[in-house]
Amino acid sequence: MIQHFIHWLGATPLSQTIQSVFWVVPTVQVVHILSISVVMASMSMFDLRLLGLVGKRHSIASLSARFLPWLWGALIVLLLSGSILIIGEPERSLDHSVFKIKMCLLAAAIIVTLSFQSLLKRDLARGNTDLAASHAAAAKLTGIVSLILWVGIVTCGRLIAYTS
Amino acid sequence: MFAQFLHWLESTLPAIAISESAWLFPGIETVHVLAIALVVGSITMVDLRLLNINLRRRAVGELLAEILPWTWASFAVAVCSGALMFASAATKYWGTVPFRVKMLLLILAGINMAIFHASMQGTVAAMDLTAGTPRAAKIFGGVSLVLWISVVTCGRWIGFV
Repeated sequence: MIQHFIHWLGATPLSQTIQSVFWVVPTVQVVHILSISVVMASMSMFDLRLLGLVGKRHSIASLSARFLPWLWGALIVLLLSGSILIIGEPERSLDHSVFKIKMCLLAAAIIVTLSFQSLLKRDLARGNTDLAASHAAAAKLTGIVSLILWVGIVTCGRLIAYTS
Repeated sequence: MFAQFLHWLESTLPAIAISESAWLFPGIETVHVLAIALVVGSITMVDLRLLNINLRRRAVGELLAEILPWTWASFAVAVCSGALMFASAATKYWGTVPFRVKMLLLILAGINMAIFHASMQGTVAAMDLTAGTPRAAKIFGGVSLVLWISVVTCGRWIGFV
């Protein structure tokens, strides 16, 4: 099933073009890496704040307003550039165990961040100036899980090139 | 002389271990990518602030003090992991164009940063009070952004030669 799809995708004109123009894959990879750097810098600072390790002078609400839009913006660029890389080399990724793990970790990271965002939104709607004190444990859990997930995503991304 | 040094580097124990192991190089490369992501991401934040595009309500001096320690720590990790990868095939890397261009760009980024700190340290405090950032600060930020994007480009390019 998936093998059929990979063969079909690899034979499309778009895929053929990406494969034959030598600079497309390296250039798109550079865009992918630059977007990852935006995500990693934003999320590590945000997650470390959630863990209470840095930037305690800033409220969680102000830092999520500052960093999370960058996460979602960069994620769109990552999905687009990642899609181009998959279309260009479908057999390298789609049926690849490390790639599948990476996608699961990515889905988990998105769910964790969205859940935290909605928790914070609810607290602010209730008249709190920041995340409610009763949700301090949830913030810490989000921080550590998110940090581990993003490091895992980058690790899997790099290892796709080395494993099969 | 230098060729001998590169040769010696390749014969050191860590270099041999990396080039003979199936997983050491990918492992170190993953650490390198993570470190570079933090270096470039954090520098981008500072550069966008200097360009007055982002974080406009944050004082420049405060932002520099908050972010740059993380940049330097990540840079140290990137240099160490990069040096280990270089040692594993020093002669080969030294002979490639993108490696040399990357090192040159890193030096230029360092010079740009040193001049920024030397010439604008005093004006950083005044920058916080004004609505925008001075033209000089915008130039330092813009040059830094272009240089770091080029460093990443060359880094990726090394893997293709």
